[in-house]
Amino acid sequence: MVLLTRKIEFSASHLYHNPNLSAEENRRIFGKCNNPHGHGHNYTLEVTVAGSPDPVTGMVLDLKELKEILEREVMQRMDHRHLNYEVPELAGQIPTCENIARVIWQLLEPRITQGKLHRVRLYESPELFADCYRNDASEVAN
Amino acid sequence: MKKDALHVELGRRYQFAASHRLHSPQLSEEENCRVYGKCNNPYGHGHNYVLEVCLSGKIDPATGMIANLADLDAFVTRHVLEEFDHHSLNEDVPAFRETVPTTENLCIEIFHRLKNFPHAKLVRVRIQETANNSFEYAGNMEENHS
Repeated sequence: MVLLTRKIEFSASHLYHNPNLSAEENRRIFGKCNNPHGHGHNYTLEVTVAGSPDPVTGMVLDLKELKEILEREVMQRMDHRHLNYEVPELAGQIPTCENIARVIWQLLEPRITQGKLHRVRLYESPELFADCYRNDASEVAN
Repeated sequence: MKKDALHVELGRRYQFAASHRLHSPQLSEEENCRVYGKCNNPYGHGHNYVLEVCLSGKIDPATGMIANLADLDAFVTRHVLEEFDHHSLNEDVPAFRETVPTTENLCIEIFHRLKNFPHAKLVRVRIQETANNSFEYAGNMEENHS
């Protein structure tokens, strides 16, 4: 099995606020991420696909196709958007790195028909990232 | 698609600057010099270490988080950074009085210091000693299965 990773960047704004909590609790839990006017990040997304290279093309999957899937499913939905208000898949969830990574997994997995989605890693900054796996894949990885 | 079938991990990076000297009392002066090369310099040297801490756990639906970063930062600061940053690993960290402070051993020491983080499960620590060298430790098999 070979792992192939493609990286893209997108910029988006968000804020953390849970309407079921008081204003004070929101401030205590989320700190400056609770600023009502939001803030933004340059996100870096690394998408890893596992598979065997095709004997004819030598490819796990066609990178051009992966690029198009990422453009359609991630860039068009999230790039230069407000994640709280403009991405229906995140409605009702706090747009943390963990939740965004999980939503991106759910968007990509059914679209990847050659090879198998192995890992979605989303960096909110160089200091913070979330990884999403299918349970069996993470067990293999460990 | 069931949400539970997906496994999410949170990774957070920290930096600390520390000095060390690689020298094993079990080896002769000559062997130390041969094995560790310039890392055996008796006055030591330093690195800007990058520590990557990886946690897993359930995403709390109220906060969207596996663990609150403020709690994680405070825990890592108290248990690692305060004692390691701007210190000599050999002289200031008791674990390295007897053990050679290679980055392999540093990973194991830091893993043990962080494994009791109360809000999520520690999956692994990864340390970059320089941009070209990195090491990872995810606990031993026994710990993983307990």
